[in-house]
Amino acid sequence: MSPLTYIILWPLVAALLLCLVPRNYGFLMRLVALAVTLLTMILAVKMFWQYDSAPAGPNGIKFEQLVPWVSSLGISYHVGVDGLNVGLILMGSIVAFAAACCGWEIRNREKEFYILLLVMTGGILAAFASLDLFLFYFAHELALVPTFIMIGVWGRGENKNYATFQITLYLSVGALIALIGLIALYLQFPAAIRTFDVVELTKQVQKNPISLHGQNLVFPLLLFGFGILISLWPFHTWAPLGYGSAPTATAMLHAGVLKKFGLYGLLRIALPLLPQATHNWVNVIAWLCLGNILYCGLVALRQKNLNWLIGYSSVAHMGFVFLGIASLNVIGISGAVLVMIAHGFLAALSFGLSGYLYHTTGTLEMNKLGGLLRKLPFLGTAMIMAMFAGCGLPGFANFAGEVTVFFGAWQKYQLITGIAVWAALVIGAVYMLRAIRDIWHGPLPEKWAALAESSWPFRKVPYLVLLVSLLVFGFFPRLLTEKITPSAQKIVDLATVPTATPVVAAKAALVAEAKP
Amino acid sequence: MNYSLLVLEIAVVVLGLGLLLADLWTPVEKKRNLGYVAAVGVGLILAWSFKLSGEAQSAFHGMYLMDGLALFFKRFFLVTAMIVLLMSVEFADRIEAGISEFYALILFALTGMMFAASANDFTLLFVSVELITVTFYVLTSFQRSKLLSLEAGAKYLILGALSSAFMVYGIALVFGTTGRMNFDQIALVAPQLVGDKIFLMGVLLVLVGLGFKIAAFPVQMWAPDVYQGSPAPTTAFLAVGSKAAGFVLLLRVLFNAVPAVTAHWTTLLIVISIITILYGNLCAIPQRNLKRLLGYSSIANAGYLLMGVAAMSVAGQSAILYYLGGYLFTVLGAFIVICLVMTKVEGEDISALAGLNQRSPLLATTLTLAMVSLAGIPPLAGFFGKFLLLKAVVEKGATNPAYYWLVAVAIFGVVISLYYYFGVVRAIYWSKDATDLSPIPVSLPIKVAIYACVAGMLYLGLYPNAAVNLADKAVAVLKM
Repeated sequence: MSPLTYIILWPLVAALLLCLVPRNYGFLMRLVALAVTLLTMILAVKMFWQYDSAPAGPNGIKFEQLVPWVSSLGISYHVGVDGLNVGLILMGSIVAFAAACCGWEIRNREKEFYILLLVMTGGILAAFASLDLFLFYFAHELALVPTFIMIGVWGRGENKNYATFQITLYLSVGALIALIGLIALYLQFPAAIRTFDVVELTKQVQKNPISLHGQNLVFPLLLFGFGILISLWPFHTWAPLGYGSAPTATAMLHAGVLKKFGLYGLLRIALPLLPQATHNWVNVIAWLCLGNILYCGLVALRQKNLNWLIGYSSVAHMGFVFLGIASLNVIGISGAVLVMIAHGFLAALSFGLSGYLYHTTGTLEMNKLGGLLRKLPFLGTAMIMAMFAGCGLPGFANFAGEVTVFFGAWQKYQLITGIAVWAALVIGAVYMLRAIRDIWHGPLPEKWAALAESSWPFRKVPYLVLLVSLLVFGFFPRLLTEKITPSAQKIVDLATVPTATPVVAAKAALVAEAKP
Repeated sequence: MNYSLLVLEIAVVVLGLGLLLADLWTPVEKKRNLGYVAAVGVGLILAWSFKLSGEAQSAFHGMYLMDGLALFFKRFFLVTAMIVLLMSVEFADRIEAGISEFYALILFALTGMMFAASANDFTLLFVSVELITVTFYVLTSFQRSKLLSLEAGAKYLILGALSSAFMVYGIALVFGTTGRMNFDQIALVAPQLVGDKIFLMGVLLVLVGLGFKIAAFPVQMWAPDVYQGSPAPTTAFLAVGSKAAGFVLLLRVLFNAVPAVTAHWTTLLIVISIITILYGNLCAIPQRNLKRLLGYSSIANAGYLLMGVAAMSVAGQSAILYYLGGYLFTVLGAFIVICLVMTKVEGEDISALAGLNQRSPLLATTLTLAMVSLAGIPPLAGFFGKFLLLKAVVEKGATNPAYYWLVAVAIFGVVISLYYYFGVVRAIYWSKDATDLSPIPVSLPIKVAIYACVAGMLYLGLYPNAAVNLADKAVAVLKM
């Protein structure tokens, strides 16, 4: 059995077992959740470590496992990693552990909370490990639904119900559009060879590319379906609102990990399988990403609430990934994957810290806070570091990712890259530094004079884990890039259109149409 | 003439009559236990059905068919009836008198459904539909002292009679234009009659009658009221058995009797499906009565199932069978919980579910799973069913752009339905004002039924392979 299967199964099995534990053993629930996510993290770290030495399968996939599931439809449980998702799985499992650590703020209905948290973790990791379109969607949905419930039940603020409503609406619609896209993609192949297996499909399109009409039908479905899930501008409004109301652990897992599902889907499915349509749409993606980077950056400037600020900045960061994808070259796509991983750590860290702050002070309105660094030195230091990482300060993994994206994108979109760099460096720095000033520096309001950090050392663990990850990959991005680059190269090879056939065929069809 | 083909139906009728006779010698306080006898009897008949082969054979000059599709639905109805009988035993204390008749009527309705599964002739179609509908007139109004129950019975009677009239008129027109009743023979002449307005009118009126059974637009009006007022076991049987009977007849009529007409009616079927999905889902939003909510949800589900019909493909037909299989366990699971929790007709408000997770974790889990499955969320049966239906429709998208509208509306419907299904889940776990926290006793037989429903939902959702193959095989007899 592949270690991936264990990584996926442990959280799900633990969730099942927790169903059987009576509800007044809250402590036990928390212990099990922590132990299992820790175990998953250790397994994922081990797999990441062994990745280079592990034997690769015939398609360059490592730790592969394939079990037929619904053979009549060509659905199988097919998991495996290559450079594209090995880092994402590592990031996902680390964030899941950190999120479970941050579950201390939940004081009621712990049983349901930890069950949902574990289901979400298992679902997310399965989605990233999956090499089957059906399993990919199935696992994502398994992780998505707990998000809604968690926001609805343990969420905070008076906007909780509206936030639940909006996030459920947006994300369900996005997921269903993506599902239709995946089904339509599956149906583009002749009935005899239809399968949901991504590896198999990739091999098929190399021999017979999907017809141009088919590509142009499927690609927008996938782009906008996944786009809603990723908070692509202008479908981003759910994100700040939802994260602002979500319990800390949920916001960490969703913003950090689950949101990357759509990006991963675009990289793994849309680009390699639909090269011609990708080619037609990249310019649109490139311009839309400015909506994320510039527009959401400007909106973030105006935020008064810390969680909303982080929410908007996280939406803005998604723009860099889109820019990397739109560049369609090895550097850009490697950078996109790096940003995905780095942003996963960063978003989880930011939301984790803001959740801690919220529970210490009871508010996240920045004009009510101030001078807190004296009272909360650890929290403040960690958050200032996170914000520096968010501005793209060298030394943090985000810098490595963003700069790679800009190098990649410059070759194709000088103007857009120029605007994006300016937006990232100037706007990002302005709102992040302003938030630091408002919360941590300046005079300390009277009512916060008695504030103190928890002396319980364990509380710092999740933040330390995430900070260390950001720094490790910031100083040694090679740990990731040397794994990512070969896979990115493969995607670029598949996504570039030397396959003149569809174009020729389309032209021929046009000519044929012109002649009655 | 091969009467041995009818062995299952004969056995069910004999069981029903035997029950009525046994009632004469059973002391009053033991009468409710006759339900267990009936359930065991149905179980034995179900076991017997596995000795029959699904090879296509016919009786009564091709009027009665025994094939894979018929056998699939006969087993489907037997499983449904078995669980409904177990529910009725739990319900027995709420029925003042005549509980044995209640059991016997369920068995007679079951007979009607089983005949419907085999109908290959408009005569048998009408007789079986009437057998189902007439027994349901009584079953819906069985709680004679409850006003709502009587109202439900009256509504079902009036609208049922009306739709029967439509149907019989339609059959008359079809017979008038073709001179035949048998589906296979009508199929031979139908291609020449595609332009004949009287013939088309006849087929349309038959569809109206069948639309009533499945609660499709525009003859869906009765469903919420009748679902709300009827005793819970009746509602469950109506929701699962009667709807499935409507669908098997619809499949046979559309694809075996008048395939030539059906091919022209793609857009009509798509439009009906769209309106049914929208109507069911939109109207379900404000509902507070759980049975009424499930009534609207059943309309919405009829709309989803019609997607499979509108797809006009083997994939669509097979998806219908699969979806019905998942629907059986899901809806029956939900109704068992309703039957046990909502003991008063007046107290069927969703708020009555408050604190259910403390009163009975088993029932709370079952109802939650049922709602999650109906909402179409993995890993339960409802998700895979919707997946198959959507796949069947998307597959045909290239032939008619209206299919894409259908897909869009289906997505819209699924998103809306999340709201009201999760409203039920929310009421179970997160209500603040739970007043009654007394534990709910669950007897052993009903526990078995609950476990069967939960296992069915999970099995069909996680290991759909066997069921998909079974459904594929069963629809092989449909000619289009």
